[in-house]
Amino acid sequence: MTPKARRDLWLISTLIPEGSRVLDLGCGDGELLRLLQRKGCSGTGVDMSPSNLVAAMRSGVDVIQLDLDRQLGEFADDSYDVVVLSRTLQTVRHPRHVLQEIGRIAVHSLVSMPNFAHWRNRLRLLSGRMPMSKDLPFEWYDTPNLHHSSLPDLEPLFSGLGMVIDTRIPLDASGRPHRLGNLAPNLVASSSLYLLHARR
Amino acid sequence: MTTHLDRSVGLVTTRTARVFDDAHPLTLRSGATLGQVDVAYETYGTLNHARDNAVFICHALTGDAHAAGFHDGDTKPGWWDTIIGPGKPIDTGTWYVVCANLLGGCQGTTGPSSTNPTTGEPYGLDFPLLDMGDFVEVHRALGRHLGIDHFAAVVGGSLGGMQALQWAIDHPSEVGRAIIIAASSRLTAQNIAFSAVGRQAIMRDGDFREGRFLTEGTAPRRGLAVARMMAHITYLSETGFEEKFGRSAQRGELTKNFGVDFAIESYLEHQGERFLSRFDALSYLYLTRVMDYFDPFADPQALDALLDDPVRFLVLSFDTDWRFSTEHSRRIVRHLEGARLPTSFREIHSAWGHDSFLLDIPDYHATVRAFLERAAEDLS
Repeated sequence: MTPKARRDLWLISTLIPEGSRVLDLGCGDGELLRLLQRKGCSGTGVDMSPSNLVAAMRSGVDVIQLDLDRQLGEFADDSYDVVVLSRTLQTVRHPRHVLQEIGRIAVHSLVSMPNFAHWRNRLRLLSGRMPMSKDLPFEWYDTPNLHHSSLPDLEPLFSGLGMVIDTRIPLDASGRPHRLGNLAPNLVASSSLYLLHARR
Repeated sequence: MTTHLDRSVGLVTTRTARVFDDAHPLTLRSGATLGQVDVAYETYGTLNHARDNAVFICHALTGDAHAAGFHDGDTKPGWWDTIIGPGKPIDTGTWYVVCANLLGGCQGTTGPSSTNPTTGEPYGLDFPLLDMGDFVEVHRALGRHLGIDHFAAVVGGSLGGMQALQWAIDHPSEVGRAIIIAASSRLTAQNIAFSAVGRQAIMRDGDFREGRFLTEGTAPRRGLAVARMMAHITYLSETGFEEKFGRSAQRGELTKNFGVDFAIESYLEHQGERFLSRFDALSYLYLTRVMDYFDPFADPQALDALLDDPVRFLVLSFDTDWRFSTEHSRRIVRHLEGARLPTSFREIHSAWGHDSFLLDIPDYHATVRAFLERAAEDLS
């Protein structure tokens, strides 16, 4: 493990079987795919940021520049083993459509999203202010996050799209699995990671 | 003090090699043969001991072997000097760069205006029709001549990108990486239409003489200039023309006449005229026709060899390119990535349309640099 690796990415990398073909949507500079290359995985990253795309390419990660909302149709049905969408669902315009596409491109997916209903966020709302935290670090007027959700609001969306939750891993603010596990996750989880499989 | 030689490969000369001869003729895709094939080429940088640091540059429709550096006495460098040189994205400190004029061209490599050894006259329209794969065969023959049987990368823009794609498909074991810029894997009806009008302008010129103009001492100059003027419109974006020329008058103010009044008219006139001194009408016909018929993915087995021996691809497009729009590049990516070949793709923002691939656009150059720096790491 790279000491500097983002905890949540490292966790995700441990959940993906060796040798998998992985599509990482919102891949940043390709960190996850680099971790996965060491496990014999191959795959493609998707991003829109020029500097991320160049950095990923420089590090030996293949990347394709496209818009998640409009252009996931470029990928064929079942063309990957696993699709990863890490902390990105809240930034797309049409989360439902993006999830549908993910379920089409691979049976298995890993999706994580910040939890708006974390207790600190609730306290901040009670104090009359919009939540800000490690997982939601942006001012309301300057945020890539277009959608906020709690876990009970997110999970029915998965099942409505025929995506079955195999595992839910509540994460703390540092991206580690929460020490309380699945105890009151909607209250204590700063974000949550889901292993899903799409019904075929 | 900076001079035009900084980060330049410096003075260069074009050399010529005979890569096919009567004893070893070139058999074309069509089955026709060419007994003698000469290739004009230039090289920059140094081939290492392992002979594994060679990069081949495929030029576009009207390019030549002079990609970088300066010919003695010239003030303008080669056509891709923006990207090739010491410290540049195609770094001649790392790579041994080879660029050749393509088969059917008119800048030193055998083409339809060359002398047919069996008649002693220029081939004219007796020159056989060509295929993208024929260009590649001649490039490979030059590689063998130089003692290179594997290129770490094959790089090209527009028609050059199409050659890089063909090479990777046909002989993937000889290519490490392919960079395919502003290219197409299948021309659209609109592309072919432009191509057809250009050829008609040439062939309907009275001085074309059924292709025997060289023998008859004429040249379809008007036709070739018009073909170039029209093609040039497709190489730039509307915004590019607007920024460069707008509706400004060539001489102070507009004067309502049928002559050259707008600055853009003068520019096209100049482009057309300048083209005549360096290009041959027959080559224009032969090379544009190769592009029209190019359709490598039509063969369902096209990628079989590549799947056994994957080449790493970088496909690039420019958002204002309407000659080969981003959709052309996406189609290439769909085929390559869809076949699970290692493929990267970027759409680069640029105001300048198709010709952007020739320009120093930082994001574009950073992308090529990153891809090739990684390739250099993989060498050692």
